[in-house]
Amino acid sequence: MADISANFLGIKSPNPFWLASAPPTDKKINVLRAFEAGWGGVVWKTLGSQVKNVSSRYSAVDYNGSRVMGFNNIELISDRPLDLNLKEIKECIRLFPDRAMIVSLMADNDRQSWHQLIRQVEDTGAHGLELNFGCPHGMTERGMGAAVGQDPEIARQVVEWVMEAATIPVITKLTPNVHSVVPTGRAAVEAGTHALSLINTIQSVTGVDLDTFVPNPNVGGRSTFGGYCGPAVKPIALKMLTTISQDKITSRVPVSGIGGIETWKDAVEFMLLGATTLQVCTAAMKYGFRIIEDMCDGLNNWMDEKGFKTINDFIGKSVPALTNWEELDINYHIVAHINQDKCIHCGLCFIGCEDGSHQAINLSYGNPYNTYTIKEDECVGCNLCKLVCPVDNCITMTEQRKGDEYMNWKDFQRKGLPLNDH
Amino acid sequence: MPLRNNRLTDDEYKQQFGDIHPPFESHSAALVEANRCLFCYDAPCTKSCPTSINVPKFIKQITTDNMKGAAYTILTANIMGGGCSRVCPVEKLCEGACVFNLMEEEAIPIAKLQRYATDKVIREKWPLFERKQSTGKKVAIVGAGPAGLSCAHALSREGVDVTIYEKESKGGGLMTYGIAAYKVTPQFCEEEVDYILSLGGIEILYNQELGKDITLDTLQNNYDAVYLAFGVGLARQLEIPGEQLSGVVNAINFIYDIRTNNYPAIPVGDMVAVIGMGMTAIDAATQAKRLGAKEVTLVYRRTQQEMPCTEAELNIAKLDGCKIIWLAAPKEILGENGKVTRLVCHVMKLEASANGRPTPVITDEIITLPVDMVIKATGQMPFEQLVHSNHLENDKGKIESVTNIKGVFAGGDCVNGGKEVVDAIQAGKEGAELILEYLF
Repeated sequence: MADISANFLGIKSPNPFWLASAPPTDKKINVLRAFEAGWGGVVWKTLGSQVKNVSSRYSAVDYNGSRVMGFNNIELISDRPLDLNLKEIKECIRLFPDRAMIVSLMADNDRQSWHQLIRQVEDTGAHGLELNFGCPHGMTERGMGAAVGQDPEIARQVVEWVMEAATIPVITKLTPNVHSVVPTGRAAVEAGTHALSLINTIQSVTGVDLDTFVPNPNVGGRSTFGGYCGPAVKPIALKMLTTISQDKITSRVPVSGIGGIETWKDAVEFMLLGATTLQVCTAAMKYGFRIIEDMCDGLNNWMDEKGFKTINDFIGKSVPALTNWEELDINYHIVAHINQDKCIHCGLCFIGCEDGSHQAINLSYGNPYNTYTIKEDECVGCNLCKLVCPVDNCITMTEQRKGDEYMNWKDFQRKGLPLNDH
Repeated sequence: MPLRNNRLTDDEYKQQFGDIHPPFESHSAALVEANRCLFCYDAPCTKSCPTSINVPKFIKQITTDNMKGAAYTILTANIMGGGCSRVCPVEKLCEGACVFNLMEEEAIPIAKLQRYATDKVIREKWPLFERKQSTGKKVAIVGAGPAGLSCAHALSREGVDVTIYEKESKGGGLMTYGIAAYKVTPQFCEEEVDYILSLGGIEILYNQELGKDITLDTLQNNYDAVYLAFGVGLARQLEIPGEQLSGVVNAINFIYDIRTNNYPAIPVGDMVAVIGMGMTAIDAATQAKRLGAKEVTLVYRRTQQEMPCTEAELNIAKLDGCKIIWLAAPKEILGENGKVTRLVCHVMKLEASANGRPTPVITDEIITLPVDMVIKATGQMPFEQLVHSNHLENDKGKIESVTNIKGVFAGGDCVNGGKEVVDAIQAGKEGAELILEYLF
């Protein structure tokens, strides 16, 4: 059995899975249920100045009959009384001392407010603080949330105030609503944050009702930009995480990964790209806390299979494999191969390649089943056919190098090699 | 035991003849299946449909909530797409070709989705088709079955005024009169005919039989073209002793009676033998059982390998408790007091033949079944005499789609000798094209 426990800045949890700051973590009843289910920790829903929420609050994007491929919310930070939140946090820590309790904070934009809030939260015995520099709606209009995270200098200032008062680890949560998360990440690290977490939600409009013409979610006939999350944002989160893992300044601190994590496999991908702990929200909102069981179990089995004893054995392992395009080997060439025994003759590879790619699949008409074969000379090895094929391992890509030696685009240009002629 | 009707209670009849393939209960249920469709290119399902319905397209249209588009996609290829979704042997057509079969996965329930996409449209008569302005051309069609109706609809869309002469009192042909009631209800058959007529430009004159109430000459004189779609009808005889005994009926008449009378009125025996193993044999056997027969036995001279009905059809009969005797051919029917009491059969064996389909050959063995009813379902014959009397060139009663008489065309069972409803609908479409070419 592998050891899946996490130690994040000294904050220990029996597994690396925390619930992200969100509705599932805004009161004792949920958090206790989460701990009972087996979650390693929680980031308590953001505390700060008093707010009031609207109704409705969520909307989603479905895809081909699958619900909630992407999820969107216009909910603000906790709208419960601060004292009540603090009291409940304390109780949760007392009842589950082995779990990580991080509290998310978003104070008004002045030193005094931050210092006061930090003192109150530290009194609960919480293990860490997470600074919410990412909330994309509602709070930004008041100069908070993403308004802080989108300006590295403001972020630097706030982190400095926080570090003056904080005696427990501080995690700065970054907004993805920027062209790059690195500048704010650097500012936060330089100002002393102990760790980073990313991503917060992405500003979005999930859709428009075709009968009422009102975008979603509908609040009395109007809507507002919300924060997008769920499986749809995972690839964007992974990219942003990688840029933090690769930067010489931001890579100094550990990262808690967030963004569409629903399974142990998603989690492992975040870890391979540099995350130490994982934060989950949408999946728990969709399925409930019980998903933690397979997350732990699957991670454990995978680590056993790969021979990893602790999570530290593989965190960041895939970061070096992501490079600049110019470093890629142009001589590496693959071509598709269709296994005729597995082919079900759906023709999706053909029409995809024919209309959308390089016309490299041959169609031989049959009744009712056509036969599809690859024109190897025309195949550029783009993967499209393999991606759209509904049968596992029916289409495989075989390596057929263009040359023995490694050659990148710069080498290619320097040697004056010929470009495509068609 | 004599044949007897009124064997069941009203509720039992209702249950026995309820819809065997119930529709989707909800849009969400239909979406679950519709979303499974892979949207194949040059799809095998479409290629396996005689009317070439663009199946992936209409299923995609269900998933995009384009229900009007889905219905149009179906009905523009097959105006009786609603009926076909109930009666087509889809396991050997579209669903049989579904690529999921090759993954050992359940095929997409195309028929059920097709029914889902068309039910409301037909019931509520959505005006999906617009008739072109009348061209003044007039065409007479003989027979308001699938071929005739399909031809009529296609012609009327192009502005041709169509008059259909139908010998029965209702339209729909075999859909209305020749198929088990639990597959397609009489009410639906009426709705489907009404939907076709809702286009306008088509008039059906009922109780008008060719050769009796009307003549081909008159039609030729009064119309610019004539389309013959009178089907087949005469039940093939067994040509064995005892066939005239009371209690020996043919399946066509038996099913016709069920479709034209109340279920309790139909007499059925205690011990019924059904000769044949085609779709009509199955429909007769299952309905005899459902009418209250104690024991129904299907007798077929070949084996399951060669049977004309589909596996799914056979399973319906088996689930209804029908027995099956393979490799048995009727030798003679015995009776007492003019009423059938026993069916004597040769036990057969198969021998290889030149055309690949094994030939059944008589053995020395004999089996005797105690029966009080024998239903003959060994195929239908073309209306040979009608064809000869009208001087139509033919092959054993089967006529050509472009007949030897100028301006007279034909299609459906009277040309192909008796195929599926969906084949007749395609024939009607093609007939309309030939006629339009001839007229304009």
